[in-house]
Amino acid sequence: MEVFKHFKEFKMDVLKEVGNIGAGNAATALSLLLNKPVDMAVPKVQLLSFEEISDKVGGAEKLVVAIFLRVEGDAPGNLFFILSPEAAKSLLNRLVGIPLEGEGFFDEMEQSALCEIGNILAGSYLSSLADFTNLSMSPTVPALAMDMAGAILSYGLLQFGQMGDDALLIDTTFLEGDHEVEGQFFLIPDPDSFSKIFKALGVPVDYD
Amino acid sequence: MIEEQSIVKVGMADLNVVQRSGIIRTVGLGSCIGLTMYDPQLKIAGMAHVMLPSSDIAREGQLNIAKYADTALPALLEKLLHLGASPSRIVAKMAGGSQMFAFAGTGDTMRIGPRNIESCKLKLAELHIPLIAEDTGGNYGRTIELDASSGILYIRSVQTGVKEM
Repeated sequence: MEVFKHFKEFKMDVLKEVGNIGAGNAATALSLLLNKPVDMAVPKVQLLSFEEISDKVGGAEKLVVAIFLRVEGDAPGNLFFILSPEAAKSLLNRLVGIPLEGEGFFDEMEQSALCEIGNILAGSYLSSLADFTNLSMSPTVPALAMDMAGAILSYGLLQFGQMGDDALLIDTTFLEGDHEVEGQFFLIPDPDSFSKIFKALGVPVDYD
Repeated sequence: MIEEQSIVKVGMADLNVVQRSGIIRTVGLGSCIGLTMYDPQLKIAGMAHVMLPSSDIAREGQLNIAKYADTALPALLEKLLHLGASPSRIVAKMAGGSQMFAFAGTGDTMRIGPRNIESCKLKLAELHIPLIAEDTGGNYGRTIELDASSGILYIRSVQTGVKEM
């Protein structure tokens, strides 16, 4: 884990660019779906403890809607698209015309629609990354969960868990114009994937 | 659930103990296991938030023993014994080990919940600690609290609310 602590700013910038390109394309896809402008925050690349990662979405007990894809191929990792339940409802309302009322859980139809939205966004995130790095990255079929953030995110930390108590996270937030839909992309590449990403982008391996 | 009193929080890959009137809790268990050990006579309660089944797969330099089932359970037992708990009185409860996401093709990583459950049970048997209650598996997250004064384990999930055992 020590190695990640010593990533020089330059390497962090490269990873930020990775998040920027991926989420930028996903934001464009969302903007096309909604037919509205979608803004994106500057990506954050941070080495965080497991607790801090849950805190990024409001704490381990916070209820979130998450679409999870495992990335397979040259640079495996975990990709989460995280929304608040309200934002998910608002998305469903605007994209598929599902009425906003109704508390609690999503029915099968709504879940399937959310999964598909997640699939489109994550697909555009990954395909732009794959193009940019020339690495093969293929997503698994997306899975949806609405539950405590800690329970969900811990799933993406298992690979890092074998190496230490922190994970390197590429975090991008985007906001739709009137802020009704706010979402976060978390890309957590497996620890071994970083050297492959750097190599593919021409960052010297021993550059630290 | 219960009024705020002295609450000891156990983070992910962490373990701790409380005595007499305290409460020990861990939040957002997914595939992880919240394992508790309790001495009813001295009211000593311990909890571990186990993340992975076995330290064999560890690649870290400084091993965090609270993270792996095979190292966390003996360490937790040791902590209880240190406070005077008697090995013959200690009982265990556990919760968690769910499979948050259902995939068609599942590798070993995806089955981590069931593997954590198996590994914890195996280790408990090895340590001769009876498992008197469990709420494991499923596909949802859990927050658990063990009340040291009563030994009751409260389990909260988003869909089913609070249950005690």
